[in-house]
Amino acid sequence: MTKEFGNPEVEKQEIVEQDQAERTRETRLYIPRVDIYETKDAIHVVADIPGADQDSIDITVDKNTLLIEARVEAERPVDYSLTYAEYGIGDFRRKFTLSNEIDQNGIEAVVKNGVLSLTLPKVGPSEAQKIAVKSA
Amino acid sequence: MVLRRRSSSSLWEEMDKIQREMNRLFDTTNVNRFGAILDFPAINVWTKGDTGQVITAELPGINPDELEIKVIGETLTISGSRPSQEQNDDVQYHRQERGFGNFVRSIQLQFPVETDRVEANYEKGILKIWLPRAEQDMPRKILVNKKA
Repeated sequence: MTKEFGNPEVEKQEIVEQDQAERTRETRLYIPRVDIYETKDAIHVVADIPGADQDSIDITVDKNTLLIEARVEAERPVDYSLTYAEYGIGDFRRKFTLSNEIDQNGIEAVVKNGVLSLTLPKVGPSEAQKIAVKSA
Repeated sequence: MVLRRRSSSSLWEEMDKIQREMNRLFDTTNVNRFGAILDFPAINVWTKGDTGQVITAELPGINPDELEIKVIGETLTISGSRPSQEQNDDVQYHRQERGFGNFVRSIQLQFPVETDRVEANYEKGILKIWLPRAEQDMPRKILVNKKA
């Protein structure tokens, strides 16, 4: 249950382009690490996207797909050169499939200190619909 | 088919990555006696000639007030903790990939640092520490005396 910082979590996972469209931006693309948890009224998605802020995050809902994209501008200290690197800098992208129980118009997103928190409210229990059968 | 288009400079990055992955396979002692993780956060080091270095680290979701940065001699220590998510019966986790807990990372610097002028800022989840090299450690040009 408790998953603490272990080595596998330290490394960012890079997306290797295979069947998805070729990118035109010359940066790397990473999969943000996320926590997904469910409460009584909502599903929460928390994603680590260091280097991105509210202006560089795009969240799109298309049918049942939720897409999180975050652009990260590589900020290089002026006049300094990179001499040792343990992490790569690049954009983030991750796709999720939503279930029908989510109210797609009520999704809220907040970003703070490089962490994006999404709240996906559940729709109230839909009333069972009875279809009347008419006799012809 | 996997097609990779990479410039040669990132070949080194790729080799570094493989090396880190190999180290990870054989190295299990990344936790200290108090359970704090010793190889988090990952850092990048930027150098400017002889004048100093900038260390950046990805630390999303940290309260900057709880972050402790210390410079002792030629060692920089970054420590802090990342809060764990609320755990109770009403919350059901589907996925938990983000790490949490305490971490301490010590970095051996290449030169003594002008401790009064060390600056750090935390923005968008990225920590940046400016480490100017100590004045007395700056390289000096030695003049060669010529005999008349």
